[in-house]
Amino acid sequence: MVALTPVSRTAPSFYVPVVATAGAVAGLFVGTAQGSSLLGVVIGALAMAAVAFVLTQVVKAEKPGRWALLALLAAVGFFMGGLPAGLIGAAFGWFFGWFSFWLYESRYRQHLVPYLTPGQVLWHYAFRVICGAILVFLITPIIVVMPLSFNAQNFFTFTPEMLRFDPAGYSLKHYEDFFTNADWQGALANSIKIAPAATLLSVTFGTLAAIGLSQPHVPFRRAIMAILISPMIVPLIISAAGMYFFYSRIGLQGTYLGVVLAHAALGIPFVIITVTATLVGFDNSLTRAAANMGANPVTTFFRVQMPLILPGVISGGLFAFITSFDEVVVVLFVGSAGQKTLPWQMFTGLREQISPTILAVATILVIVSIALLTVVELLRRRSERLRGMSPA
Amino acid sequence: MTDNTAAGPDQFDGAASGRPAPKTETADSGPMLAADGRPLKASLNRALRRQKLRAMMLIAPLLIFVLVTFIAPIADMLFRSVENQIVSETLPRTTTELATWDGDAGEIPPPVVFEALYKDIFIAQERKLHTRLGSRLNYELTGVSSLFRKSGRNVDDMGEVYQDQFEDLNAFWEDGENWNRMMATPDWLDDITAWSEDREGSQPPFEMREEVAAVLPETAATFQTFADFVQFEDEDNLANEDPWAIVYSALYEDLQSGADVASLSGPGATELQEAAAAVAGFESVDYTAAFHDVDEDWHDIEVWQTIQTYSPDFTSGYFLNAVDMKKSPDGPEMRPENEQLHIMLFMRTLFMSLVITGSCILLGYPVAWILANLPARTANLLMILVLLPFWTSLLVRTSAWKVMLQQQGVVNDTLVWLGIVADDSRLALINNQTGTIIAMTHILLPFMILPLYSVMKTIPPSYLRAAKSLGATNWTAFWRVYFPQSVPGIGAGSILVFILSIGYYITPEIVGGTTGTFISNRIAYHISSSLNWGLAAALGAILLAVVLGLYWAYDKIVGIDNVKLGG
Repeated sequence: MVALTPVSRTAPSFYVPVVATAGAVAGLFVGTAQGSSLLGVVIGALAMAAVAFVLTQVVKAEKPGRWALLALLAAVGFFMGGLPAGLIGAAFGWFFGWFSFWLYESRYRQHLVPYLTPGQVLWHYAFRVICGAILVFLITPIIVVMPLSFNAQNFFTFTPEMLRFDPAGYSLKHYEDFFTNADWQGALANSIKIAPAATLLSVTFGTLAAIGLSQPHVPFRRAIMAILISPMIVPLIISAAGMYFFYSRIGLQGTYLGVVLAHAALGIPFVIITVTATLVGFDNSLTRAAANMGANPVTTFFRVQMPLILPGVISGGLFAFITSFDEVVVVLFVGSAGQKTLPWQMFTGLREQISPTILAVATILVIVSIALLTVVELLRRRSERLRGMSPA
Repeated sequence: MTDNTAAGPDQFDGAASGRPAPKTETADSGPMLAADGRPLKASLNRALRRQKLRAMMLIAPLLIFVLVTFIAPIADMLFRSVENQIVSETLPRTTTELATWDGDAGEIPPPVVFEALYKDIFIAQERKLHTRLGSRLNYELTGVSSLFRKSGRNVDDMGEVYQDQFEDLNAFWEDGENWNRMMATPDWLDDITAWSEDREGSQPPFEMREEVAAVLPETAATFQTFADFVQFEDEDNLANEDPWAIVYSALYEDLQSGADVASLSGPGATELQEAAAAVAGFESVDYTAAFHDVDEDWHDIEVWQTIQTYSPDFTSGYFLNAVDMKKSPDGPEMRPENEQLHIMLFMRTLFMSLVITGSCILLGYPVAWILANLPARTANLLMILVLLPFWTSLLVRTSAWKVMLQQQGVVNDTLVWLGIVADDSRLALINNQTGTIIAMTHILLPFMILPLYSVMKTIPPSYLRAAKSLGATNWTAFWRVYFPQSVPGIGAGSILVFILSIGYYITPEIVGGTTGTFISNRIAYHISSSLNWGLAAALGAILLAVVLGLYWAYDKIVGIDNVKLGG
């Protein structure tokens, strides 16, 4: 980031009260947790005002000063409430050290355009804090389940042992349960049997159709597109109800084939969307060139077109896979006990006897989805590079 | 030289005559020809047709696949929401007789209807269909289910009145074989005897003696029904079965109406004549009274009106029920206050979806803005925080919220630890509307951020600077310049979130308790618990209509081709 505005150090009359206010807020929380909020506010404000002043005017050296504050507050926290409090103290120490110097050295102003008023600068950072809070809201549930899945107790909250980082508070027993329990393993096996079959079906049909749809002259293109996309738009419960009625008429309800067909139908829109998006940048003269050199259509498809649209096909396939792997409403109705998938098992678990094994499964699934996300992102970049849409 | 010059044009002509020369043809204003001699226009048309055909052949497998696996089920659901053959199929005679009955006159139907009802219920209970019909009609009038079940148990007794009298008259009537001999053709009797011994192949289907059918039409028809049922539904040997009590009733009826039994010969003729002489002295059954003895509800006009109202093969009843109305003799009317549920559920679904969409806009807009305006590297990093929840299993996120929002969950524990909430007054964040709104806002937020982000990415930041340099305040510049350009993104995101949220099932089911559930939970309940499939289909059809309307709007605003996934 380039410096946009020339800055000078600010006066203590500005940053000391600001740091003191932040200290008061922190003191409010600590004080309430200890029993007296008012005392916490006062002590927090005074202590942090003193810290800011001493760091900038007495110690002056930034690095050692900040490390010392971090160590000091960590030690204070540790003596007050053990390891967790020590960590919180260290976090406070890091924050207040950084905050004091950030204000004192006017770094907050450096990267903003010079004509902003103080109010606008304040809003600029307030807005960032708000956005940060929203992002925290987005990610917290996923972050929280991970440590909870190592809980040694059958509780769904952090036990005192866990907060003390006592090894006795942690265990792998929920993972052990997942890997040894026949219900969960059966469900996992079913998911692994159903999802790839459904993915294969939707990718094969979907890719062919996407190629057809991206030809220049397709009659009723919009209508066909609307039909092919509809499984994504129609609410799952309606799809599930319709499939339940119809599949029981034709004897597919409660069969492996029925579930695979249903999941393939649900995955198709994703394949269509991603593959048509890849085909937008596809140069049709390449296939003509291949034909010109004597390749038959099948060879052309596999040797010329396929390698180029492969990233789109794979990411469409991944979407289809995750749709099937995550799907619970349709399988709940179309399947029977023999097709119980992992999400179904989780759903029953959540509705009836909620057991912490669910959290272990959830953690595993989060890791799987991180892996899939990475793959999709890499493929997207590769596809863009292949099509020359972004500089390598 | 001259030769050459002479030969030149010759050769040229020769070449030209061997192949049609396009140029000369054009000069003659004839059709332009392609290389193979066809007119160019036709040739191009053919190529275009072939291209279209090839495109359609590529699309066709998928189109057929989706039509069969997805569109057909939806069509089936729509069909089920109006289908109502069960009443007229189970009670064919009653519904025909009842067609002319006028319920408004305040009188119960004439005896002939009760007699038809006796036959219908008798056959239905043999086929075990009467309870199904009972539960179907119970959706419309409570109590009908038990009425049918009770009647099914008792119709046998009504028929036995005649059976006993025939059997008392002559032991001949007790035996199923005598009946067969009397009713069937000799050929069939031979066949069935042969079959009974070796049991090879399928049972020979029963053949009626024509002269018996002519003299005793009712008996013949009833016996035929009995024979078909035994042979093809129960798959028993007809030769060893005794006829149903209802066959005796039919025989009584035929004889009572003066059947010309004297003209009959062959097995059973003498016994028939004896019976014909005796029936006049038989004790007869008053079906109207008999059904009253089974259950006095049979003399309740409302029961009969319900049966009459639901006699047609198609009904708007399920749809009326889905909007808390019901059919009545005077046309559709509202259900009583305490039975009204669906409109409230629809309103709640719409209201909560609106709240969820609103909170998604509120939370999504700043995040999308900052993602679109930060340097690419930072923005990509923050984008992961948006995409990770998007990619994480729905059930993982729902279970995370279930765990976090519990009374003893992480959120309440943190609040208590911070002293914001007292330990004894922990917040009820789950199993109510709050729980559904929080969890669904979180789950659907990426669907708002991603379209907003892709629209905001296209708004040049210089516009905002230009507005400010022209003297606009921060707020004016945003509200008058930036915001209007981001409205398409808000529209796209809102419709997407709204469509997704009104059809949600899993999350409300798990965190919604009783007050936070949606119409989809009701649909699922009717499919799997109450088994009122018609009502489930009608509710689904209404929901589908709403969603398709929104989908159409989405297509108009954004275009379905522009749907993007994952940034």
